[in-house]
Amino acid sequence: MTDLTSLTISEARDRLAAKDFTALELTDAYLAAIDAANGALNAYVATTPDQARQTASASDKRRGKGEAGALEGIPLGVKDLFATEGVHTQAGSHILDGFKPRYESTVTANLWADGAVMLGKLNMDEFAMGSSNETSYYGPVVNPWRASGSNMDLVPGGSSGGSAAAVAAHLCAGATATDTGGSIRQPAAFTGTVGIKPTYGRCSRWGIAAFASSLDQAGPIARDVRDAAILLKSMASVDEKDTTSVDRPVPDYEAALGGSVKGMTIGIPAEYRMDGMPDEIEALWQQGIAWLKDAGAEIKPISLPHTKYALPAYYIVAPAEASSNLARYDGVKYGLRVPGKDIAEMYENTRAEGFGAEVKRRVMIGTYVLSAGYYDAYYLRAQKVRTLIKRDFETVFGEGVDAILTPATPSAAFGIGDQDMAADPVKMYLNDIFTVTVNMAGLPGIAVPAGLDAKGLPLGLQLIGKPFDEETLFRTAHVIEQAAGRFVPDRWW
Amino acid sequence: MSVDTATVKRVAKLARFRVSDEEAAHLEGELNAILGFVEQLSEVDIEGVEPMTSVTEMAMKKRPDAVTDGGKATDITANAPNSEDNFFLVPKVVE
Repeated sequence: MTDLTSLTISEARDRLAAKDFTALELTDAYLAAIDAANGALNAYVATTPDQARQTASASDKRRGKGEAGALEGIPLGVKDLFATEGVHTQAGSHILDGFKPRYESTVTANLWADGAVMLGKLNMDEFAMGSSNETSYYGPVVNPWRASGSNMDLVPGGSSGGSAAAVAAHLCAGATATDTGGSIRQPAAFTGTVGIKPTYGRCSRWGIAAFASSLDQAGPIARDVRDAAILLKSMASVDEKDTTSVDRPVPDYEAALGGSVKGMTIGIPAEYRMDGMPDEIEALWQQGIAWLKDAGAEIKPISLPHTKYALPAYYIVAPAEASSNLARYDGVKYGLRVPGKDIAEMYENTRAEGFGAEVKRRVMIGTYVLSAGYYDAYYLRAQKVRTLIKRDFETVFGEGVDAILTPATPSAAFGIGDQDMAADPVKMYLNDIFTVTVNMAGLPGIAVPAGLDAKGLPLGLQLIGKPFDEETLFRTAHVIEQAAGRFVPDRWW
Repeated sequence: MSVDTATVKRVAKLARFRVSDEEAAHLEGELNAILGFVEQLSEVDIEGVEPMTSVTEMAMKKRPDAVTDGGKATDITANAPNSEDNFFLVPKVVE
């Protein structure tokens, strides 16, 4: 029998339906793979083997009765940011030590209602703040990809680094992730996986630990475009419990696959050609343009003039919202408490010990830009720039562009403990330069693997779509995937 | 604009972080690097531009003004580091 963990969700779905194997057998195969690999990769921060086997058995019973859901018996990993009832939920942070929520996030509840099985919780940058998964209290995740001929450990990207590494190393069939500035798409690009950040409001944020509420969105990381479409269909919903959840029916994204891109207009933004961008990224972009042109799409040069201001505006808006959202971690309601001589000192001691350096940095920036006398100069100005960034996109979509093609990241995966990035936080922030615009404008964006660099590391392309037009992104990404093929790391762990 | 050590300490107080002198000095450098980076926003012409308040244009959803949930005190205090009879326990606040 072939290794069950090598099957995509759509393949496993068909073979479970054909009764080739059971959900319990599939789950056991994944649990064994996690046991064998997690010591080296550190993708999971907690596994739930007993619960997984029980849900898998229940799934097999449902299938026996002819009641199979859309994800019946499919084993998934869940980013540690999602509340999972009675199960470790710490957002990669020390401050949530021992937190086991008494409720389930809407997104994960949707997956379980469709029959999926939870394998455990996935490592991430603390409170989703990071681009390398090195800010996690649980230590860095190791990318399953290595440069050819090298045994140096590379980062999987972040903040959804555990999700991306687990999917790439076949330690789950697919994973939930979240994206505030690129946290789904950048790790997907670094690991040769597919990640989509849907339109703001498509997935409920209820039960997801908040980082920057006006930017945060949940989405899947998967092995191929079809699997990403299957997962998003299940994760997305209209939710009374999130006032920003949009009242629109969820389409059948998988049905969009295989459609032609003939006659579609693909915009190529001049501003995404950055100074000092490696030639390989430019070559990959040109290759993507050629594939879509060959498939019959019309290529149109476009301009998004405020692109360069998206990242600086993000580093005002996101920390400002984070400073407010993270005020709730005070040693009173949940998690860590470090005593002090009075309540104020207890707060200060708890937060000093409970948060890592990157979270403190961002909360400090947020507190500063919202403080008296600075609000107009920083926060208000950034929100006006955000209006201009969104207007850039509205203009090109209004002129007939159906989707925009860009590189997903300015480089391939880099080494764990990279000295340049450790010395300068802004260098690390530049990882999100191509993805952050999409969050600022609330648009959907998908990262799809498109090739390998000279060292044999995966590189991704990004497609940006109109609000709630995820179907066009899936259709177009599928065309790129058909041309590029799929990329799987050589197993060394 | 840039921050000095005194400002870092004031902001840390507002954010409820205990910081040592050494940490404050380190944060000063990092915060100034980030503030230097965001400084480029000052070159954007924002005359007459409305600040963004919502990325998706939608009327805010409202629920009926009625009690729809409750009776969960045990669940709410279940994860507290210190609680008694469904109350959170904290160091004395009022003398």
